[in-house]
Amino acid sequence: MSNIHSAFEKGKAFIPFLTCGDPDLETTAACVRECVKAGASIIELGIPFSDPTAEGPVIQGASLRALRGGVTTDRVFDLVRELRKDVSVPLVFMTYANVVFSYGAEKFISACQRTGIDGLILPDIPYEERGEFAPLCERYGVDLISMIAPTSENRVAMIAREARGFIYLVSSLGVTGVRQEITTDVGAIVRVIRENTRLPVAVGFGISTPEQARKMASLSDGAIVGSAIVRLIERYKQDAPRYVGEYVRGMTEHLDYT
Amino acid sequence: MTNGRFGIHGGQYIPETLMNAVIELEEAYARFKDDTDFNKELTYLFNEYAGRPSRLYYAEKMTKDLGGAKIYLKREDLNHTGAHKINNVLGQALLAKKMGKTRLIAETGAGQHGVATATAAALMGMECVVFMGEEDTKRQALNVYRMRLLGAEVIPVTTGTATLKDAVSEAMREWTRRIADTHYCLGSVMGPHPFPTIVRDFQAVISREIKQQLQEKEGRLPDAVLACVGGGSNAMGSFYHFIGDPSVRLIGCEAAGRGVDTFETAATIATGKLGIFHGMKSYFCQDKYGQIAPVYSISAGLDYPGIGPEHAWLHDTGRAEYVPVTDEEAVNAFEYLARTEGIIPAIESAHAVAHAMKIAPKMDRDKLMVITVSGRGDKDCAAIARYRGEDLHE
Repeated sequence: MSNIHSAFEKGKAFIPFLTCGDPDLETTAACVRECVKAGASIIELGIPFSDPTAEGPVIQGASLRALRGGVTTDRVFDLVRELRKDVSVPLVFMTYANVVFSYGAEKFISACQRTGIDGLILPDIPYEERGEFAPLCERYGVDLISMIAPTSENRVAMIAREARGFIYLVSSLGVTGVRQEITTDVGAIVRVIRENTRLPVAVGFGISTPEQARKMASLSDGAIVGSAIVRLIERYKQDAPRYVGEYVRGMTEHLDYT
Repeated sequence: MTNGRFGIHGGQYIPETLMNAVIELEEAYARFKDDTDFNKELTYLFNEYAGRPSRLYYAEKMTKDLGGAKIYLKREDLNHTGAHKINNVLGQALLAKKMGKTRLIAETGAGQHGVATATAAALMGMECVVFMGEEDTKRQALNVYRMRLLGAEVIPVTTGTATLKDAVSEAMREWTRRIADTHYCLGSVMGPHPFPTIVRDFQAVISREIKQQLQEKEGRLPDAVLACVGGGSNAMGSFYHFIGDPSVRLIGCEAAGRGVDTFETAATIATGKLGIFHGMKSYFCQDKYGQIAPVYSISAGLDYPGIGPEHAWLHDTGRAEYVPVTDEEAVNAFEYLARTEGIIPAIESAHAVAHAMKIAPKMDRDKLMVITVSGRGDKDCAAIARYRGEDLHE
């Protein structure tokens, strides 16, 4: 059983997302440690990509700031090595296919294993293109995480059966970013997923408030929050870690009541 | 890996949110592409509305002046809306209508595809939203006005380099937001399957006509076909029916900007490497970590860091050649064709004219060359004047 699976065994999971290198890698490292202290179950580390087509303006902005600051895939691996000296919660990368492909898929995925990355989320690799990276992920014990969307409909069962780690259920249409309201019938999609896999399901996209997180987690196994955290980092820059810690604590404490 | 491959290129590298939309499109296209009524309607629109077939014009003065191959110009610039873009758009808009879609979204670089999409939307009573890099809205202000006049909403894209690639990204993002009533009318032979195939098929009318027209005029195949390549739709359309005729040289002319040895270039085959972006595996201008390079060309329509997957495959197999052409060479050709033949080509098309000027003199006089003039150059006059140091206000 992977580390990711065990992260869901202590109640509802809270999964924060951080763009590596925004505003710099030292701040990212400090934010990761604050997230761990605040009770995060898994941490999603974004490797910035120049043209992130699944992201809204907040994470697009963070990606560009990080790249302008000189962040590279190699430096992100260095960050992970450094974090793994004391951080034991599962870490997953979220990036785009070209970042993995251009690094050399085997070199990238074997480096994930060596540095202690548990999973990989690639929003531009749908079920049909899993073959690009899935065999290497299997070989090196890195979970290639599948996404399911409100438009997946007849595809849910097929995706769920092949999935690894956890299922990333996209809460709504569109790109990442804070939303006032989530109108998708998340519960109904989760039911179909449950019929086809025993993997945990976490819901992401559009979640920012403790109430939204609690609602989504009550329908699934956990909540993923990206843009709301990235926005705090954009605002507080090098001072962001403690604000991120406070925010994550607010979320995890709220989830514990479910 | 299954769908829509050209060798190793192509595929469907898109968010799960869009997968059912592209599958729906693929199924609809399979249903309609050989449907008699659909093709009758499309041919009617091509002929009566867009003004096809476009002329294959013998450029006698240019031929004599260059002193080599006999040069024909495929006049896609004479189509309604002034470029080849209308061929693809009429096909896709008709398909979208059959699928019950009521709204078209599109990206545009030079504005020609945006204008064509806005035109088809007006004709077919559909809503239209066009994404255009802010930088390009400035370079092509007249086309922005034309789109608005046609009833489209133009959204300037400020992210990234604010050019064509960012317009594509933003159109993709918009499609994930609103799928049920919306068709993404992609403008080139790129993106996820089935777009490269659909766009190629609708543009293939160009080579179908060239083949027939040259047969009538010369009784034989051309020796060389030249077209400019950004994403590569007019080139793919110009090449397609000649791929099986190995005696025909197929030459794609890429935008080298200030030169392939500078960072200010958009020549993907010359300077790019294999990657995955905008839904496809193909060649892209990128750095060693796979970050997409900010490309540059004087031509907003060729200012794209990638190339369609079928071109990538034609390059791999050696069936087509891809050559870089600089801004300076393209501008010279733009002026040359205007003065020599009285035809002002789009600055995009001028890249193909420029390469023809290099190779035609070296070819024997009994050789036949076809250059696709993909669009007309009225939209470029102000920019070329500025390039020559003249401040022209539109």
